[in-house]
Amino acid sequence: LALAMSIFSEVPQAPPVAVFKLTADFREDSHPQKVNLGVGAYRTDDSQPWVLPVVKKVERLIVEDSSLNHEYLPILGLPEFRSAASKVALGEDSAAIKDNRVGGVQALGGTGALRIGAEFLRRWYNGVNNTATPVYVSAPTWENHNAVFADAGFKDIRPYHYWDAAKRGLDLSGFLDDLEKAPEHSIFVLHACAHNPTGTDPSQDEWKKIAEIMKRRNLFVFFDSAYQGFASGSLEKDAWAIRFFVSEGFELLVAQSFSKNFGLYNERVGNLTVVARDNENLTRILSQMEKIVRTTWSNPPSQGARIVGKTLNCPELFAEWKDNVKTMADRVLLMRDQLKAKLQALGTPGTWDHITQQIGMFSFTGLNPKQVEFMIKEKHVYLMASGRINMCGLTTKNIDYVAQSIHEAVTKVQ
Amino acid sequence: MCRIWFRMSQPSDSTGAKGGEQSAEGGSHVSVFLNTHTAALNPETKLFSAFTADTHTSKVYLAGRECLNEEGQTFVLPLVGKLKKQISADPTLCPEYPSSLGLAEFTKRATEFALGKNSLALMENRVFGIQTIGCTGAVRLGAELLKHWYNTRAAWCGPVYLSSPCDDSLASIFEAAGIQDIHYYFYWDAKQRDVCVEKLLADLEQAPEQSVVVLSASAHCPTGADLSEQHWALIIQLMMRRRLFPFILLPVQGLCCGDLQRDAWPVQHCASQGMELLCAQSFSHCFGLYGDGVGNLLCVLKQSSLLSAVQSQADRLVRALWARPSVGGARVVATVLSNPAYLTKWQEEVKHIVERCMLIRERLRERLRLLGSPGCWDHLIKQRGLYCCTGLNGQQVEFLSKRRHVYLLPNGCLNVSAINSSNLDYIAESIHLALTSAL
Repeated sequence: LALAMSIFSEVPQAPPVAVFKLTADFREDSHPQKVNLGVGAYRTDDSQPWVLPVVKKVERLIVEDSSLNHEYLPILGLPEFRSAASKVALGEDSAAIKDNRVGGVQALGGTGALRIGAEFLRRWYNGVNNTATPVYVSAPTWENHNAVFADAGFKDIRPYHYWDAAKRGLDLSGFLDDLEKAPEHSIFVLHACAHNPTGTDPSQDEWKKIAEIMKRRNLFVFFDSAYQGFASGSLEKDAWAIRFFVSEGFELLVAQSFSKNFGLYNERVGNLTVVARDNENLTRILSQMEKIVRTTWSNPPSQGARIVGKTLNCPELFAEWKDNVKTMADRVLLMRDQLKAKLQALGTPGTWDHITQQIGMFSFTGLNPKQVEFMIKEKHVYLMASGRINMCGLTTKNIDYVAQSIHEAVTKVQ
Repeated sequence: MCRIWFRMSQPSDSTGAKGGEQSAEGGSHVSVFLNTHTAALNPETKLFSAFTADTHTSKVYLAGRECLNEEGQTFVLPLVGKLKKQISADPTLCPEYPSSLGLAEFTKRATEFALGKNSLALMENRVFGIQTIGCTGAVRLGAELLKHWYNTRAAWCGPVYLSSPCDDSLASIFEAAGIQDIHYYFYWDAKQRDVCVEKLLADLEQAPEQSVVVLSASAHCPTGADLSEQHWALIIQLMMRRRLFPFILLPVQGLCCGDLQRDAWPVQHCASQGMELLCAQSFSHCFGLYGDGVGNLLCVLKQSSLLSAVQSQADRLVRALWARPSVGGARVVATVLSNPAYLTKWQEEVKHIVERCMLIRERLRERLRLLGSPGCWDHLIKQRGLYCCTGLNGQQVEFLSKRRHVYLLPNGCLNVSAINSSNLDYIAESIHLALTSAL
């Protein structure tokens, strides 16, 4: 046996994903008061994952339904899911939907939707197979954005100003400046609401300013919408930015995830909504999307799409779902209120208004890396080096300990 | 000689740029996507559309991918149905994000399933498995892994060798991963109605070193014609001598010959010869889990010291493709594979499918014999699995769809399970007519 060299002999170890490493470290920690404020999933006040009651109900209906076929789903996905998902983003009375220029591509979660969208844009946007089109992602952003667009073939991925660490808010002037300076036709990845990781969203007026420049400079809008309903408790409020841009006549893509707002983390339910100029364009676009999907996973999994499709298309179930979503959003809002109140009561130096001004699952506390290290090592409270915390990790049982720990971190560590 | 296969999915000509109108407020009314071509319909869709539009009462579709039962419905394994109900009622299962590598119990079992529990490679810890979205997902992930990491010193860009014919999406999956250099090796001999291993070996002899060769372990799609153990021995010898890398497809383990070991033998044999390999497995057909997309990408390495690094890079690629797989179907498969009683039950149910397919093949061959159809039809029963290459040519296939409303794949291949007692006579008669009518 000739022992030839392995073809993989020079492959380097990939760096670990920070948030997974954090959870792994948390698991190994035996401290009785440890708290995990890292990973981005919803938890109840008992620190448990939550199966939405409406989901349980619909799962039962599905399992009992003997009429369901067991074939491959069409490549673009379950039709009733796709249309309902796009409708939830754009609204019941969306003119664009009525004009028949909106389509959906079922995808494997938000990531899958982003990847299909990115692959499409690389092939067909701003020329044919133009890998040089700049792609702008917010500074900071969800760390996977970069990888998705890079692996789709884009060579030029740049940050746009977003988070102002000094004032703990949106760096609007920096953002607008980047928009003015970006090469025409650049792609901008915008967080529809509940910005990950900062929790800081532009106000409606700020969105209007952003849209004005993007329209004038022919910049492409790619929304990442992973928290609709989860952020404010209102589907409409959380989709305002998307709907505004559509009403302004933009052609755009929206990568939707139903992992958080349906608690379907392991069913991988996503939808890439395409808003095209007209139906003729939409048809051509979807034909290329189908080609791309066929070479990625071919046929998407059915279970999650069935659950979401059934829920969104039935008025009673839809109402029940909205209620469940509001339950989650309300708990997060409560934790925000309480954390701020406790920090203020403790007299923790600094202002803590940003905790309640920010929205969604995440909050950028403003803690610096040394303070974060203190939190983890000394207090066994796990959060990201950026100072990002997952509000869902807070409960009425641990919030005092966390507030106290933050207080110590801020007062003892500079 | 290598043969370059003309791809069927060339984009059609641009529909032409629309006139651009500048609005008074600035900004163009022209779509940013005006350069997007309409994608040519994929052949499967085209064929199925024609079938759907066909109003003939005896029409029959023999080009589908699912395994059908006697009633023409997708085959549902009773055990799988039962387990799905059980799993959905289980209160201990929590809706967490699964690992990007997939359900650990599934990948462990799926990997063992293909390699055999006593595989030396497994015991030496130089194997990993990653749960993927079906077979397509496994091939795509494998292609991405090769594109990014095959021989980091030289920027490897192929070539990849596919069998002629093969599943028509294979080439585009490699292209999507950035590997444009696709070639085809001789496989199906239309005259002999069998695999021609001499020509296959001749083609592989011409392949440059470091080529990746995609081979089918069993139940070759779309011909159903498989390589024998002797063929494999010759191929492996050649591949080792010429440093060619095997990427093996294992789409229906258990459903080909009804023998788990036999269907996976080529994978086990390559591994036992010390080869590195990738293997794309699917559980859609053999578990009737089409709607769940359950696949596994198996990687056998030469040394265990490489495992962590290579797996970590595959993991990174997954996170930008689909992040994590869905778990439902994987849970069912893991449950069956880890429980001896379920495994036995499952094998019984699968055997039923295998026997039905074999019976259909025999009956079709017998019908053709009785009708006095010209030619030898032994290849029908020699082939295994869901697919069958009839050997009919393009004209005959067109006759079948246009005049008899019997739809085969353009290359004369068909899905055996779509034939049943209600349509067998009509199909046999139709084939007979295709062979004997002046065309």
